Amino acid sequence: MVAYVVRRLLLAVLTVWAISVLSFMIIHLPPGDYVTSYIASMSASGSAVSEGEANALREQLGLDKPITVQYAKWMGLMLQGNFGMAMEWGRPVSDVIGDRLTLTMVISVAAIVFTWALALPIGIYSAVYPYSVMDYVFTFVGFIGLAIPGFLLALVVMYVGFAWFGANVGGLFSPDFVEASWSMAKVWDLTKHLPIPAVVLGVAGTAQLIRIMRSNLLDELRKPYVMTARARGLSEYRVVMRYPVRVALNPFVSTIGYLLPYVVSGSIIVSLVLSLPTVGPLLLKALIAQDMFLAGTIVLLLGVMTVIGTFISDLLLMWVDPRIRLGRQ
Amino acid sequence: MAEHAPALETGVLAEDRIAVATQWQLMWWRFRKHRLAVGGTIVLIAFYLVALFADFFAYVDPLESEAQRSLMAPQRIHWFDEGSFKPYVYALTGTRDPLTFKRVYVPDTSKKIPITFFARGEPYLLLGFIPSDRHLIGVEGAKAGESLFLMGTDMQGRDLWSRLMHATRTSMTIGLVSVALSLVLGVVLGGISGYFGGLVDTVIQRIIEILRSIPTIPLWMGLAAALPADWDVVKVYFAITIIISLIGWTELARVVRGRFISLKEEDFVMAAELLGCSKARIIFRHMVPSFISHIIAATTLAIPAIIISETSLSFLGLGLRPPAISWGVLLQDAQNIQALVISPWLLYPSFAVIIAVLAFNFMGDGIRDAADPYL
Repeated sequence: MVAYVVRRLLLAVLTVWAISVLSFMIIHLPPGDYVTSYIASMSASGSAVSEGEANALREQLGLDKPITVQYAKWMGLMLQGNFGMAMEWGRPVSDVIGDRLTLTMVISVAAIVFTWALALPIGIYSAVYPYSVMDYVFTFVGFIGLAIPGFLLALVVMYVGFAWFGANVGGLFSPDFVEASWSMAKVWDLTKHLPIPAVVLGVAGTAQLIRIMRSNLLDELRKPYVMTARARGLSEYRVVMRYPVRVALNPFVSTIGYLLPYVVSGSIIVSLVLSLPTVGPLLLKALIAQDMFLAGTIVLLLGVMTVIGTFISDLLLMWVDPRIRLGRQ
Repeated sequence: MAEHAPALETGVLAEDRIAVATQWQLMWWRFRKHRLAVGGTIVLIAFYLVALFADFFAYVDPLESEAQRSLMAPQRIHWFDEGSFKPYVYALTGTRDPLTFKRVYVPDTSKKIPITFFARGEPYLLLGFIPSDRHLIGVEGAKAGESLFLMGTDMQGRDLWSRLMHATRTSMTIGLVSVALSLVLGVVLGGISGYFGGLVDTVIQRIIEILRSIPTIPLWMGLAAALPADWDVVKVYFAITIIISLIGWTELARVVRGRFISLKEEDFVMAAELLGCSKARIIFRHMVPSFISHIIAATTLAIPAIIISETSLSFLGLGLRPPAISWGVLLQDAQNIQALVISPWLLYPSFAVIIAVLAFNFMGDGIRDAADPYL
């Protein structure tokens, strides 16, 4: 068990490192460095940056040093929580990102909760009554759900809301709460707005999980021990729920590790269409403005949060699956 | 008894056929039974025909814009004229609504423009080298670009139908090119990982796990945004395929590795080893043929994900850029909800995306079932 946790932790650290390298690459890909683009954006807004200031900035960020040193320096700053300046906004990156990162995670988790809440019972139903009418309906709907990219679904939801109900279904808060500071009322307002983005984001994952759950449970239900249980006169509910479902749940739980990056990914695009105040629109703006410092930081932070989420799901898996808990693979 | 004889005979015959059939024949027979998969395959063939002969299916130049014809609604085709089959459309006259300043188009019922099939229109090069001017449809006595709007027009007055045909070419091929790249990476790395095992396997598996735990879209967005803005369409096209396959290979590598591991223990591999075959011969002559069908299935199932990725990236304006035309580029026009409510036909290209992805999924499922009925 300890070995498992240590291995997962090591893997998480490795992943964070890989993500940091990739984010660093993103920052460095465009020609010129951060300071040149900073100067360009400053002069575009009318204020000049003197040679001395530029050099001081370069020195502070270590841009005159070899790339590996720069990377180390950048990581050092990151670890201290100094994410640099968001050029377009003229404010520290941490200020700009702030709530948005939290909201991204709130939406992603809501989508996963929705996915689970729907996929689990439907998957069980489809496996217990295979080839029934409802099974076919779920399979069909699932296929459609898989084939529609998240942003298209978001577009359709927006369109229907606008054209049929004359309402803007986008956003995460009512107009009154957008600028308000956090309070119970604001949290409640957020909760009321969550379902639509959660559903839009969760549909594809739900379709996938239903298929996984169905085939896992179907395999499990064919096994002799299920027949034994039935022969002993256990109620049908117990026959299905007691062991087969628990066994079938394992691969189900392990996919959560892949589900989270997938959902976070999707939330970026869906947020743009539904105009949700997550890091998605911010990232796109930063990329288009070539504000690579902000963009790189967002990619890094998103990646790190995903890794933490995945690590938590690994621990969850350990809790569900005794084979891992007891150290046998 | 006599009634049963023929049935019995054909049963025996069928068994004989199965006994001597090749692996591919067996797969084909199983695949044929999977109706959805066959349907999906037919749809895909149609899509790729459109991709190949996009110029033929389009009736005007997809880049030709005309402000006078912006945001026209899809036109109604009248199939019968006075009882006989003579498709025609009415000529449209555009005026500006004095209140909303929106352009409105009114059909002029006195002017009928007959539609003909295989009509002559703008010249183009079929398959890039055969000069032709035949198009699937066209009009008589007028220019197609000025009178035929099957799917309406976009903001700049470009014909959406013709644009969709060309977009199909781009989007469907980007899936193929990208999957080919992923395939090479996946087979090589997955093969090495599965065949040699040990440390190499561990390293490659960790790399895959790391890549899979990174949210891909933000990463792609970052990489795509870093492409120089002055690159031409072709360069961007290939850069995007490379960016997308950077992550896409992991799933294929996983499948290939799994197959390698399970086949390694088989008797025929051991026999080949004992006979002194070289490693390359064992892999390519003995092992690869027995799991190539799985690779084909996994590849087919990987394409829809790639198509969705490209569409999403282009939709955000970070993938292919105009003048390139792809499904994602077309859907960029649908980003604005207000515009979409006024002109819902801008969303039509999304049907192409959904149908193509569904068809690929059905076909891939069918191939997988046919390749390995026990999976």
